[in-house]
Amino acid sequence: MKVMLIDDSKTMRNIQRSVLRQLGIEQIEEACDGQDALSKVGAFQPDLILVDWNMPNMDGLSFIKAFRKQDKSTPLIMVTTEAEKSRVIEAIKAGVNNYLVKPFTPDMLSQRINETIAKCSA
Amino acid sequence: MDAGYITPFVKSIQNVFSTMLQLPVTVLDPAIKQGNSPSHDVSGIIGMSGDVKGSVILSFKLDAAESIVALFCGERMDPDHADFADAIGELVNMVCGGAKAMFTDKKRVSISCPSVIVGKDHGVCLPSDVPCVLIPCSTDCGEFVIEVAIRENAAANKAAEQAAANA
Repeated sequence: MKVMLIDDSKTMRNIQRSVLRQLGIEQIEEACDGQDALSKVGAFQPDLILVDWNMPNMDGLSFIKAFRKQDKSTPLIMVTTEAEKSRVIEAIKAGVNNYLVKPFTPDMLSQRINETIAKCSA
Repeated sequence: MDAGYITPFVKSIQNVFSTMLQLPVTVLDPAIKQGNSPSHDVSGIIGMSGDVKGSVILSFKLDAAESIVALFCGERMDPDHADFADAIGELVNMVCGGAKAMFTDKKRVSISCPSVIVGKDHGVCLPSDVPCVLIPCSTDCGEFVIEVAIRENAAANKAAEQAAANA
């Protein structure tokens, strides 16, 4: 399985990368904002994308809207500090399949990844 | 400042540190900041805009910041390393994001990308027309403070009331 991590914080990408490795996922591509992700996603062809909301240059919501115009099926999990109900609804309308609010434990992230993969492959 | 804006920061800081670092935080009595004291070595700063505007600062002495970053990243790193500032920025980002979600669902608030200052005994100046509340925190890694200088954005609230009246 190939996973793309999109977050402007390298610390957060490292934490997520560590959780993915514990799940046996080794093919990981990183992007530091939405623009960077759009430039890499075509070549990498991920099976799952984890995306932050607040990032410079292009935020996560703008990335999702742009990405969903070209790809309706690749599972997307938003991993963000944006916890308000209105934001969650906004993200779901834009096309995310699941949502995880920071801060999170490794178990919470693993669970969200597993349930998203199961749901999207059913 | 409405005291209702302080409790969310207290809850959020405890949630972030216990969840991401497994580090319990004891919150001491908040106080109004006088002048630009105290000084710090490492500060993470986030701006808030929308229905609430102002700044939030998470400030540490160097020893405490180094220990907390080591816990967060899983390795001790030099304060000059880019990842050190990144880790402090992500901590203040999570604290502010968690707090603003607790304000109330009716408030529309955006937070900026974090800025981080690393430098011995620096002070952070805030606008004098916004009271700043200092929340001292104590952990096994050392002490730090969170400074909350925010206020309701009267112009934004008036526009919202007008929109509601016209609806």
